[in-house]
Amino acid sequence: MSDTRIHAEAAEERGLVRLGRFLRDNPVIPLIFFLILLIFAHFYIVMPVRTGRTGALSAFWVNNLIKFAIPLAMLAACQVLTMLTAGIDLSAGIVATIAAFVCATLSPLIGVPGAVAIAMACGVVVGLVNGFGVGVVRVHPLIMTLGTGLIATGCLQVYQRFVISTGTLVPEFLVWLGTGRTAGLPNGLFLFLPFAAFILWLMRFTGFGRLLFALGSNENAAKLSGVKSWQVFLALYALSGVIAALAGLLYLGMIRTPSLQLANPLLLPSVAAAVIGGTSIFGGRGSFAGAIVGALILRVIDTMLTLLQMPEGARIALFGLIILLVTALYVRITGSR
Amino acid sequence: MSRTEPQALLDATGVAKSFGAVRALTDASLHVSPGEVVALMGANGAGKSTFVKIITGALRPDAGTVLIRGKPAQVGSPAQARRSGLVPVYQEPSLIPDLDVADNLRLGDTPVEPFRHWVSELGIEGLRLDHMIADLPLATLRILDLARAIAAEPDVLMLDEMTAALPTDLVEKVLKTVRGQADEGRGVIYISHRFTEIQELCDSATVLRDGRTVGDLKIEAGAEEQVVELMLGAKIDLGKAAARARHVNEGAPRLSARGLAVAPKVTDVSFDLYPGEVLGVVALEGQGQDEVFEVLSGFRKATGGTLEVDGDAVSFNHPSQAIAKGLTFVPGDRAEALMRERSVRENIALPFSARLRDWGPLKGRQERARVAHAIEKLQIDTRAQGEVQRLSGGNQQKVTIGRWLAHGVETLLLFDPTRGIDVRTKRQIYPLVRELAEQGAAVLYYTSELEEVPLACDRAVVIFNGRVVDVVDAADADEQTLMRAAYGLTEAKAAS
Repeated sequence: MSDTRIHAEAAEERGLVRLGRFLRDNPVIPLIFFLILLIFAHFYIVMPVRTGRTGALSAFWVNNLIKFAIPLAMLAACQVLTMLTAGIDLSAGIVATIAAFVCATLSPLIGVPGAVAIAMACGVVVGLVNGFGVGVVRVHPLIMTLGTGLIATGCLQVYQRFVISTGTLVPEFLVWLGTGRTAGLPNGLFLFLPFAAFILWLMRFTGFGRLLFALGSNENAAKLSGVKSWQVFLALYALSGVIAALAGLLYLGMIRTPSLQLANPLLLPSVAAAVIGGTSIFGGRGSFAGAIVGALILRVIDTMLTLLQMPEGARIALFGLIILLVTALYVRITGSR
Repeated sequence: MSRTEPQALLDATGVAKSFGAVRALTDASLHVSPGEVVALMGANGAGKSTFVKIITGALRPDAGTVLIRGKPAQVGSPAQARRSGLVPVYQEPSLIPDLDVADNLRLGDTPVEPFRHWVSELGIEGLRLDHMIADLPLATLRILDLARAIAAEPDVLMLDEMTAALPTDLVEKVLKTVRGQADEGRGVIYISHRFTEIQELCDSATVLRDGRTVGDLKIEAGAEEQVVELMLGAKIDLGKAAARARHVNEGAPRLSARGLAVAPKVTDVSFDLYPGEVLGVVALEGQGQDEVFEVLSGFRKATGGTLEVDGDAVSFNHPSQAIAKGLTFVPGDRAEALMRERSVRENIALPFSARLRDWGPLKGRQERARVAHAIEKLQIDTRAQGEVQRLSGGNQQKVTIGRWLAHGVETLLLFDPTRGIDVRTKRQIYPLVRELAEQGAAVLYYTSELEEVPLACDRAVVIFNGRVVDVVDAADADEQTLMRAAYGLTEAKAAS
């Protein structure tokens, strides 16, 4: 509609449309509502069915929920940031795994600080390669990050042969961060809260954040305004690599046994968390706050399915179905993709 | 069933449509008799596009009737409207880019022979049916759309800004053909911003304002004034340039092009653009002006010639380099320049964050002040808070100009800034451009509407076939002179 009168009176639109628009601008509110609904369902429907009595919301349960949602939400940050530019980072899972594996295997050899530094550097390198491919060579992000992810997987296996005899060591402070509790809440929050604040600030209050939205909305308009998009892509994917490596280190402290598959299963849920959180895979729209709630929702669903003692296959299938339903419902309400 | 007038082909009465609480149409009507060409007119926001959507079946009216040949039109869908005898041709080409011409015809059940006939009648030679649509220029696509519509032998043809992207020679053919269709007894609804064409082609005009039909009038001498008056609800005059002191160029030129070439289209473009001057560019469609603007704005490299900004030779690889030299570009297509889903403020402030050193924290207060200044200066209607796509076309165009106003203007490259926007907004843009020049900016102004040249420009360069063939004094150039120049008719003089 190009009619000016319609704009002028946009505020008086029908209730449902208004609600849809409100939710579209504030996707976090219905998500939180949905999360609370799920938690209720967990305690008053699923628990009685399985155990014969209603459960109670214990500090332990909340602690566990948050603890396992943190690495997922951090990887979801990689997806939110790249999706803003209509991209995606499919190498985030393997980057996290590599960072964890490298850190655990190098710590006995060169000490913890060096190992952590090299682990983070691995994330930066993969990210820079991604950024170069997407921003300079203009490979589609899906293909680019899939490719670098596979190459990185191969490299990790080669690397494993060299360090097979050295044994592993999980740095003490990572264990503290991953498994410890302070005042009933997981220590991971000491890392995650500043991290989340930084990402939210970056997206909303910096020029870089604005350029991410701009590139996703209309890259030509950005170019016209003098934006060199390759710079933004390079920085973006490097940042995504750093975040993934950081998430990997935290996850290592949580699981305490490095493996070649450690964080890989978190990749697709991280994409799901971003999408559920209201981030458009077509770019230009997204919210990290939504992705955090999305990660919590996924964790609750996972807990529920575990409690129901579903066979692994059914669990995965149901998981996929729920993601589709939530997304469809969300699109339905807000009228956005 | 006897009526005094011949049965109307299309008879829409009392059409109303609301979107939620917003009344887009309250009482719109339109009558098209056999053999009649009716101009449907209205400023942006008058409800024209909603009305068109209802007539063509894309929207359902809340009240009122649409009769085609006296029968209630079963306009549930565009396909049904087509079957019932109304065939629209929209501004955007409706052919599928990844198919060839023949496949596109097959999709619409268009008979091939009549189609070929009309294509050549409309002045396109050598069209092969195995051409891919994506490879054809926009002007050709519009002609194909029109030929396809005529080949379907509709009762009523609806043409929306049919001539907008067409070079002048094709426009004449289109007008002639459409007139011919009417003379055979068809009805035509003609939507256009161009008064000259309406005067040449149409029998009557139906004017919409604020969602209702405010007048039906015969097109005759002086109708233009009347139509504008009806459209705006107030008397305006478009055809007079405001009296102003003649600008005299002095000092060094801001921008100086010598023998600029972009293979294969542009061969020799030279001009000087001085600070304080609005230099018009007069050219028919596709004479190389697009390429020249792309070179100046850093989107494309020249293949020959030199470009100097303030005396320094430059060659841009990226728009950021042009911007660093003060050359800022407003493209003809608003969709290219705007982030539709982002706010007015973000759209205007986009260049503020472009450079690497501006990636840090936003300077909120400074940004707000500059954006507010641009919005006020351009009188952008921002009652529609939020996304730019909720603004009208004219206001969107203002946002693209406002972006550079907020950034600071040294040299402004305007490529057809008034394309497809309403008269009122146009009349706000000319004085703004003048004012920018008076404050020391240099403005290069290409327009596809020749009558704008004396209104906005000091001088004008005429580009024909990739070369600058003439430089005219814009203030006393009448349309006829410009037209002759644009057609290359003064080339002999310039060459001698």
